[in-house]
Amino acid sequence: MPDQDAGTSRTPLLEVRDLKVHFPVYGGVFRRVVDHVKAVDGVSFKVPQGKTVGLVGESGSGKTTIGRSIVKLVPVTSGKLFYQGSEITPLKRKGFFPFRKKIQMIFQDPFNSLNPRMTVEAIVAEALMIHFPEMTRSQRRERSADLLKQVGLEEEHLNRYPHEFSGGQRQRIGIARALSVEPEFIVCDEPVSALDVSVQASIVNLLQDLQEKLGLTYLFIAHDLAVVEHIGDEVLVMTEGKIVEQATARDIYENPQHEYTKKLLAAVPDF
Amino acid sequence: MTREKGIFRQVLERPLGLAVLSLLAVFYLVALFADFLSPYETSDQDLQKTYHPPTSVFWKDGGLHVQRYELAEPQEMVYRKIEGEGAPIRFFASGYEYRLFGLIPAERHLFLVDEPDRIYLLGSDETGRDNFSRLLYGSRISLSIGLVGISIIMVFGFMAGGLAGYFGGIWDGVTMRFIELVMAIPGLYLLLVLRSTFPDHLSPAQIFFLIVLILSFLAWGGTARIIRGMTLSLRNRQFVLAAEVLGQSSWKIVWKHILPNVFSYLVVAASLSIPGFILGEAALSFLGLGIQEPSASWGLMLSQAQDMKVFMLNFWWLLLPGAAIFVTVIAFNVLGDVLRDIVDPKQKFLSR
Repeated sequence: MPDQDAGTSRTPLLEVRDLKVHFPVYGGVFRRVVDHVKAVDGVSFKVPQGKTVGLVGESGSGKTTIGRSIVKLVPVTSGKLFYQGSEITPLKRKGFFPFRKKIQMIFQDPFNSLNPRMTVEAIVAEALMIHFPEMTRSQRRERSADLLKQVGLEEEHLNRYPHEFSGGQRQRIGIARALSVEPEFIVCDEPVSALDVSVQASIVNLLQDLQEKLGLTYLFIAHDLAVVEHIGDEVLVMTEGKIVEQATARDIYENPQHEYTKKLLAAVPDF
Repeated sequence: MTREKGIFRQVLERPLGLAVLSLLAVFYLVALFADFLSPYETSDQDLQKTYHPPTSVFWKDGGLHVQRYELAEPQEMVYRKIEGEGAPIRFFASGYEYRLFGLIPAERHLFLVDEPDRIYLLGSDETGRDNFSRLLYGSRISLSIGLVGISIIMVFGFMAGGLAGYFGGIWDGVTMRFIELVMAIPGLYLLLVLRSTFPDHLSPAQIFFLIVLILSFLAWGGTARIIRGMTLSLRNRQFVLAAEVLGQSSWKIVWKHILPNVFSYLVVAASLSIPGFILGEAALSFLGLGIQEPSASWGLMLSQAQDMKVFMLNFWWLLLPGAAIFVTVIAFNVLGDVLRDIVDPKQKFLSR
């Protein structure tokens, strides 16, 4: 059983087994459940320590739902999630709290993911107050400044508000916020799809640098095969809630098996 | 929370905002210093000088004097000037004792005349009380009732609406159905029913708070519903999800992420609901269910003006409290409009 060899390097950092996430559809006068939307319908995969697994699919394929179910933003209908060999699916709010420090998320829309009423310092330091309650105010400020430097921003940005930054800079703030708790595993939920192509590259490179420096593991969600091919060690192709192809990034590109993967590849613009 | 630029400063930068804010500032200052500005207490009677017309003021011997009158026809309540006779007006003189701001004992008043003469800038009522003093004291109730009221509905509206929107589920259903129930009953009738469930004779302070509570109970629902709607849309914004992923507690999310983002709306809703409180108090007092004699409120003064005798003799009563209510209500409505323009040109608080 996975519990016995927990923590060894062979255990995948994250394992997803037959995950299903169904959303009820309400109808009728009494708002009864009349149907379910099968957003994720029986998905299994492993994310090895220190690697990046790319998850590709069109809008509505269920890839974001997988990412959100890992961080318990959506309830799991059935299936199991293991983190370092221990099952996290049945954990409630309190039991999952230690994992909040280990598993973080970077969001898709940098214009939407930062509270417009908070300064950058308050945004980055929010998690420090939660997970490092012993830190003093000045320590938190120092750490926030460090984090900003790590993601390529300056210390003087601390006192500014999100609206003063460009999309790429905001995404860097989002990354700094995710890094603030010193996580091991980050779910990157389409972190570059809202950005310009030139900015996309710089964010992807930043994520790769951080991975090397901090030994992070990524689940990288995207709808663009080209981005995933660049950053991913392994690629999962998803459509309609199911994984249809799973291979290394190079194999996917050179030798796609599934019809849907071929369509996705054909949609990648040539430069 | 700091914004790009404080809301307050933005209001001052607009001519209309500056105008209504200064007008309201004057009103509130007058209410605050009512006991210093008014020559008599609200209950200070002079049965020899009932239904007195406004006294005229003239200049003689290097000082302002108040004209002396004689009662020419007691049946008709006609007063006639006694030419050349008057009493000197003394400024910053000692009069009845009061506590400034309810704290500092004082007895100085802006202006006074020596007894037995009286100064009635706006005439006197059926027991010879000074209408001017009563108007100033009345403003305290009418102007403060709105402020106390909105603090209550802001807190309750946010708690009920914010929590219903954020947590959803049964709490949401129960709260919203209850609000719909309250809103389905016509406000004025509910106001009367609620008031009549309580005893008629209470101390002025008790009546004041009773009225505030009843009016808040009628008004919090609308605010709560809108806050709920805004919270529903905010709770799926990615910064709220991010806070959840970071492990922030629900209460802190509501406090740090939801409240600051609905706060500007709360300010607008508050300033727009102040007139409701002022008018509600006036309506209750007008019907004799609100502030009781000898205390003064604008609504109560209006109800005194229903008296046919007053109407024939001294229609000042009719006009002044009514005009004061009118101006205050308009000022708050305009202020609310200005605030809404600033806060929400195109639903700015919900978009990026």
